[in-house]
Parts: sequence; C-alpha cells; structure tokens
Amino acid sequence: MNSVEEIQQDIIEEFEFLADDRESTIFYIMELGQKLPAMDESLKTEENIIKGCQSKVWLTSDYKDGKVYFTADSNTDITKGLISLLIRILSGQTPDTILNTELNFVEKIGMSQVIGSQRSNGFNAMIKQMKLYALGYRAKAQVNK
Amino acid sequence: MEAAIKQSSLDIAAIRAQFPVLKQEVNGYPLTYFDNAATSQKPLRVIEALNQYYSAYNSNIHRGVHTLAEKATNAYEATRNSLQKFINANEKEEIIFTKGTSESINLVAATYGRQNISEGDEIIITGLEHHSNIVPWQMLCEEKGAILKVVPVSNQGEINLDDFKALLSDKTKIVSVAFASNALGTINPVKQIIEAAHKIGAVVLLDAAQAVAHLEVDVQALDCDFLAASAHKMYGPTGVGFLYGKRHLLEQMPPYQGGGEMIKEVTFEKTTYNDIPFKFEAGTPNIADIIAFSEAIGFINELGKENIRVYEDALLDYATQKLTAIDKVKLIGTAQHKVGVLSFIFEGMHPFDVGMMLDARGIAVRTGHHCTMPLMEQFGLEGTIRASFAVYNTFEEIDTFVASLTKIANRIK
Repeated sequence: MNSVEEIQQDIIEEFEFLADDRESTIFYIMELGQKLPAMDESLKTEENIIKGCQSKVWLTSDYKDGKVYFTADSNTDITKGLISLLIRILSGQTPDTILNTELNFVEKIGMSQVIGSQRSNGFNAMIKQMKLYALGYRAKAQVNK
Repeated sequence: MEAAIKQSSLDIAAIRAQFPVLKQEVNGYPLTYFDNAATSQKPLRVIEALNQYYSAYNSNIHRGVHTLAEKATNAYEATRNSLQKFINANEKEEIIFTKGTSESINLVAATYGRQNISEGDEIIITGLEHHSNIVPWQMLCEEKGAILKVVPVSNQGEINLDDFKALLSDKTKIVSVAFASNALGTINPVKQIIEAAHKIGAVVLLDAAQAVAHLEVDVQALDCDFLAASAHKMYGPTGVGFLYGKRHLLEQMPPYQGGGEMIKEVTFEKTTYNDIPFKFEAGTPNIADIIAFSEAIGFINELGKENIRVYEDALLDYATQKLTAIDKVKLIGTAQHKVGVLSFIFEGMHPFDVGMMLDARGIAVRTGHHCTMPLMEQFGLEGTIRASFAVYNTFEEIDTFVASLTKIANRIK
C-alpha cells in the first residue's frame, strides 16, 4: 500500500494533466464517481447521510486489523467522484494516519475553483466525517487495550 | 426561428448592449445567462440611477426641508407613481414598498391574516407555490388553528379550476396563488381563481414575482386584493419589492412593524399610525434601490410588455422544441400557458452535475428544488435543471445551450 503522501502526489499529477480545462476536470471527477463500487442499499440510511452536503452522500466505515475501511455513495456522479478521491487516500489507513493527514491535494489541484464554494463545503463535511470515524475507532482501540 | 424574430419588433442586440454584465466570458466562453427566474440582470440606466443617487442627492426622505431631502423624496415617490401606472392600481397609496415578494406575503399574513383568520378558517394555495407563498401561511395556520388547503397539480404542471372550486367553502378566507410558477413556468388561471374566490367572500393574493417582467399585470382588471412582487426579477435592484393592496383592506389592516415613518403621533401612552402607504413602511427604506427601481420599470415600459411577451414566447417555443429533441432530456412542466421557464431532468445525470457541466461552458442555469420542495416531491424528483429566459436572451444562446447539452449527452453515453 502506498503512503497517503504518495497517493496524494499521484492525484495531483493526474489533475495537472488536465491542466486548466474545467470541463475535462469535471468529467474526470464524474468518471471517477462512476467507477466507485456501488454501496449496498441497506447501508443508505438516514443515519449514514453526511450532513452539510447539498447532494446526498452516504458514508460508512469498518475497522479491521487496526485499519479503517470506508464505503460511500452519492446520488450525483461528481460527488461520488469527490468522495472516491478521499477513499483512495484514506481508506485502509490507520486511525492515526487518517487523523494526522493533511489533505494538501485539495489546495494543490485548486479543487474549490473547480467545484465551487457550495460543493467545497460539502467536500469538507466528507473529510470531517471520515476523521470523526477515525477518532471513534482510535478511542475504542485505546479503551480495549 | 426567423419567423419568430420577425414577429418581434425588438432590437435584441441594442437591448443586450444596455446590460454590462452580459459582455463577459465565463470559463472561456461568452456568458449565456439563463437564470432569470432567480434574478434578472440590470440595465445601465438602473446602475446609473444608483450611482447618481449616491453621488448627487443621497438624503433621508420625507420630513426634510433641505434641497437634497426634497429631491430624494420626489424620486422615491416617483417610483411609487411609476408602479401605480405599471400595474394599473387605482391610487399610488395602494403601493407599499417592501424588501421583496417574500416580505410582501409575510406582511399580509402577519397583518390581514392575524386580524381576519380564526380557528377552523381555511387558506387555499396551490401545489405550485414557492416556499415564500407556503411558509407564511403555514405559520399563520399554526398560530390560529386554521387549515391550509392545497390545489393539486397535474402531471403537466397545471392546476384544474374545478379542483380549486371544490376546495372553496364559507370557511375559505384567503386564497394565495402564484401568477406564474417559478419552477415550471405555468401561468395560472388567476382571473378565474379571483372571480370564484370573491363569490364566496375570500380575498386573493397574487404572488406575481414571476409575472411582472413578462406578463400584462393589471390589478384592476384582475380585481386581485393583494399582489406581491420583487424588483430584482424585473431588471431592478435587489432588496426591493412591493405589495399592492386595495385601499379599504390596507386601511383596516394593523401596521406590520413599528418605527419611524409609520406614525402620526407618538406619546408614551399612545401612538397613532400614519396613513397608507406609510403605515407599512417603518424605518428608513431602501431609498437608493427604490429610486433605481423606477428605471427598471421605465426599461420594461419602453420595450412594451406585449413585445416582450411575443419575443419571450418565441424563445420558449424554440427552446422547448430543441430540448425535446435531445433523447436524454425530459421536460418537467408542459403546461399550455407558460412564461419563459424550462425545467427538465437529464437521464443518467444529476441536475447539480448538469449545472456544473453547463457552467464550465459559460452557461448559467439553476439546479435543485427551486424553493418548491412539495412540487418536486409530487414529480418524484429532488430537483430539476431550470433555464429561464429574459428579453435579452437570444436564439443563438439557445443553440449554444442545446449544443452543450447534446455534447454532454454524447459524452456520458
């Protein structure tokens, strides 16, 4: 498994390739969304909806062998694409890594200019929710020690 | 298309030249502004009126003896006169300045509504309403124990007069309906609604936010009791709107807010209220924007409502025809009578995503529920993509729009 830094660097390079073409960038994000494995319908509960996103985003997580695995879905492909980027970086990492990772790719690829302020707020809500899951697992692991 | 242009006597290029905001590129493409139902752009004469007011005669209005106050007061009251003529009100005192349509409706609900609605009374709205014409009445019903009745909407996005009449009873006190729907463009049969409501003694408020810039609005011919609208949807400034009310109703209504301007005399024991319209205009109003509003009315008057309607109808017909030809597009709201609003969904793509793709090509549309969540629910939708037209839009812009949608459709195959 590559480190979070390496994955972020890969993403930055992929987006650099799209240069400043906003349309192509959006299509690329959409395509990433379409590739995200579908989430089991039973997991699309009110409880799993991330608050603060304008479109619907469901996020759940599992904790196995000290690592957190995320599953997510959305009713829009662009949003799915955005969360797939986060899953690519953070899923399969330890709670500590998730909590300590600075997601600097967001700024480097100029995400807020591409997706606009409303979706940026939603994107930040996704990151926050992933970190909250990690925080929960870390606390639980410490109690079980 | 050419036939449609010939029908219109308007010089669209000359009209466009009056709108500085239209002369720009967005994301490398010339701006195509199709979000006019949300807010229209402003012609230079409106922008200059604002500039002129602040540069030359900014002053608080009424009760000032100095020259600037006099000038500002005259300009402010001139807008009231323009509006009176614009909607053919009987008297200028029947025009109350507000922040916009929402405040106008809230004003009526909070004053006339509180005064006249009791437990068990009924208020009728339609399933097409904007949240602004739902929530104030819900609040009133909750406070008074009254009942909100909703006229159903057909799959075409129309209301049926018989359905409306079936809801009328001696309990009906207020009917509040949209002149034209912001989400679907449907023009409601308001004249017949008003006639039927009056027969059983109910008063009728028209939410004319989507009508004033596009349709002939004559409050005396319609015989509506109240009419609410916003300046910013009719080429005027934001933060300004008006309420029309029949004199005898406005006079019997209690004030909406307390403060300066709305009083005749104040002692610590008792306050007597000013006459209409000032009774409802507490505090220093939005003087600058109200003065500039007059220029927006002038702009519409110069073009002529009939000319505007003919041209916008041609735009709507052209766009409807072109959009229907795209496989993945499904129009939502196909009423027989519509203002220039095209609501649609795009198969296999969420409205937000379509909106973002169009923006990447410089095309501004609105996506989402358009503040009509109950209506969207009826169609089983979370939202639509909405293109809405104004008099400065062109057939070429519709071609660009359709070409972009076709390109997106091909790309997601």
